[in-house]
Amino acid sequence: MKKNLLSFRSTLTVTALVLGSMFTAMSLVSCGGGGTTTGTDSPASNDDALLGAGSSFDNILFSKQFSEYNKANGLKVNYQSVGSGAGISQLTNKTVDFGASDAVMNGKQDSALTSPAVHIPITAGAVALSYNLPGVTDTLNLTPDIIAGMYLGTITKWNDPKIAAANKGVKLPATAIQIAHRSDGSGTTNIFTTYLSKVSAEWNTKVGKGSAVNWPTGVGGKGSEGVSGTVKQNPGTIGYVEMSYAIQNKIPFARVQNKAGNFITPTIASVTAAANVQIPPDSKVSLTNTDAPDGYPISGFSWVIIYKEQKYNERSQERATKLLKLLSWMIHDGQQYSGALNYAPLSPAAVNVGDAILKSATYDGKPILQ
Amino acid sequence: MNTSVENGGITRSDRPLRVINSTPDAITKAKRRIRRSFRQIRTETVFRQTLMIIGLLMIVLVLGILLTLVVKSLPSIQALGLKYLWGKTWDPVQDIYGAAPFLLGTLISSFLALIISVPFSLAVAIFLGEYYPNGWLPDFLKNAVELIAAVPSVIYGFWALAVLVPIVRTFESKIGVAPLGQGIFASSLILAVMIIPYAASLGRSMIQLVPSQLKEAAYGLGATRWEVIRSVILPYTKSGLFAGVLLSLGRALGETMAVTMVIGNTSLMPHSIFGYGNTMASVIANEFTEADKPVYVSALIELGLVLFLVTVVINLIGKKIIDRFTND
Repeated sequence: MKKNLLSFRSTLTVTALVLGSMFTAMSLVSCGGGGTTTGTDSPASNDDALLGAGSSFDNILFSKQFSEYNKANGLKVNYQSVGSGAGISQLTNKTVDFGASDAVMNGKQDSALTSPAVHIPITAGAVALSYNLPGVTDTLNLTPDIIAGMYLGTITKWNDPKIAAANKGVKLPATAIQIAHRSDGSGTTNIFTTYLSKVSAEWNTKVGKGSAVNWPTGVGGKGSEGVSGTVKQNPGTIGYVEMSYAIQNKIPFARVQNKAGNFITPTIASVTAAANVQIPPDSKVSLTNTDAPDGYPISGFSWVIIYKEQKYNERSQERATKLLKLLSWMIHDGQQYSGALNYAPLSPAAVNVGDAILKSATYDGKPILQ
Repeated sequence: MNTSVENGGITRSDRPLRVINSTPDAITKAKRRIRRSFRQIRTETVFRQTLMIIGLLMIVLVLGILLTLVVKSLPSIQALGLKYLWGKTWDPVQDIYGAAPFLLGTLISSFLALIISVPFSLAVAIFLGEYYPNGWLPDFLKNAVELIAAVPSVIYGFWALAVLVPIVRTFESKIGVAPLGQGIFASSLILAVMIIPYAASLGRSMIQLVPSQLKEAAYGLGATRWEVIRSVILPYTKSGLFAGVLLSLGRALGETMAVTMVIGNTSLMPHSIFGYGNTMASVIANEFTEADKPVYVSALIELGLVLFLVTVVINLIGKKIIDRFTND
């Protein structure tokens, strides 16, 4: 009996010790780093597969590109499609070799980095406005003014004079306009709200731009499928979805008037055209409301983000070289897979800028690509 | 137990002679028996200790989650203070975060779902517990109800979006409110379906536990079946039934996927049960992956903390009510 009691006590001590150490470990984990991952293993310590994380928009294209690259060069790339924000925070924590994002890093994200990062344009996408208007068979023309008015809730009927003026000869019903938007934070929302902020001063002050905003009106659907589902079910609804999703699912979408005054249908060609403008050396440009006369105005780049100085966390030069070669292949040869997957290939201007940025990346202060 | 078997037999002269078998064979047998009983004791101890460690781990887990939520939401608590709880604006662009619309949306949709589901779960519980405890039809019904709990919630979401929402829209246009289809009402309906099994299963086993003497006595006094249910079974099982309802409510409060697909996801204050709304769980699920500012992430985690506390408070109130029921 006594022996029993003793062992009971010793169990208690052991349990207390275990619990104590667990608490310590937990508080350490919860205090360190603001990111979503708390793993301590750096990419360098892993096997030879490169690691990436970020934009879910890029995922389909990346899967194809990485599998083709693996066939040709035997390099494995693991990409987690966790969302742009999460990708950036994983890059910040240095748990991946590259991040992918549909938006450039904001000031707060930038200041969280220990060393500067560079953005490389990798593909381009667009946001299409799909609608459900029974009885109207013509493709509708929308001006920036109309889109902003609808999403602000000031244009409420489909036969509004402004819509009628842009669509002469189309018989518009007096149906009430219902607005659908994304409920989940997304790069698509970011491109769309950036566009609205550019073309409407009222939108800019009242709502602003971001991957999730405080919508003045409308219903939120989860993902592109949520928004398009809402549009399909409700006559009179207009919603924005990613262009490739709209093309694949054969959802009707509107022509949008660009800065030059032309009404442009969102296609792969018109998105590539939108990117054929003067691109700044750091490539951090929003393609929305493009100057290109044949470009679709609600377009945007997607970027891969890497550290400019590739020597960190005991990374080998070999690993850095592999990464840079992969990225270089992606903006050149890798672009051939874009069209079939409904991504817009990079414009020549974008490829040139991307090349220059890749050449600026260094290992221990020396350039990696010649 | 531990006698000196090693020394061979023990004899006492003043007592009738009792010889203990001390052949080598018998000794090894006795040793083996002793060893076995020690092993049994040790197994007992190890088993008990394992149970205790696992039990304590559960406590650590809950406390750990709470701790993590508090620590991670500190930046938002510092930046926004208590205003967070009743602020009506949720604007990530300008870093204004108010949880009131979501808090309200969560409570309205969950309680509405509870009100809709209770008659059904009670009916199923009484039917299966009292009227037909055995037979192929009750078995089938029982399995069907349990299957409801096993279906992944995203499937409910799809079903609600494709089937339920158009029905709700027709219903709304009949009663003369804006025929939105999606909204708090639709999400409460789908939640009600999802939480029926929890109250029903617990209620059924509670009703089956009612001592048959009580029921027979009531029948002997000339009570009808309805009178037995009303005056014997329900009073006897009310705390158990209430516990089942509480379990359902807990499930409804935390449900994410099915709700977010039909509730309309607006950050504006809900103004009617037929309007759009949003819940805390669905805001977290929607916005967490793309939250790009530290305060934003922290505000979302604080939403999780509020949800955690709401669940705890509702459970505590429920326990109090159960205690009161049981005492009288």
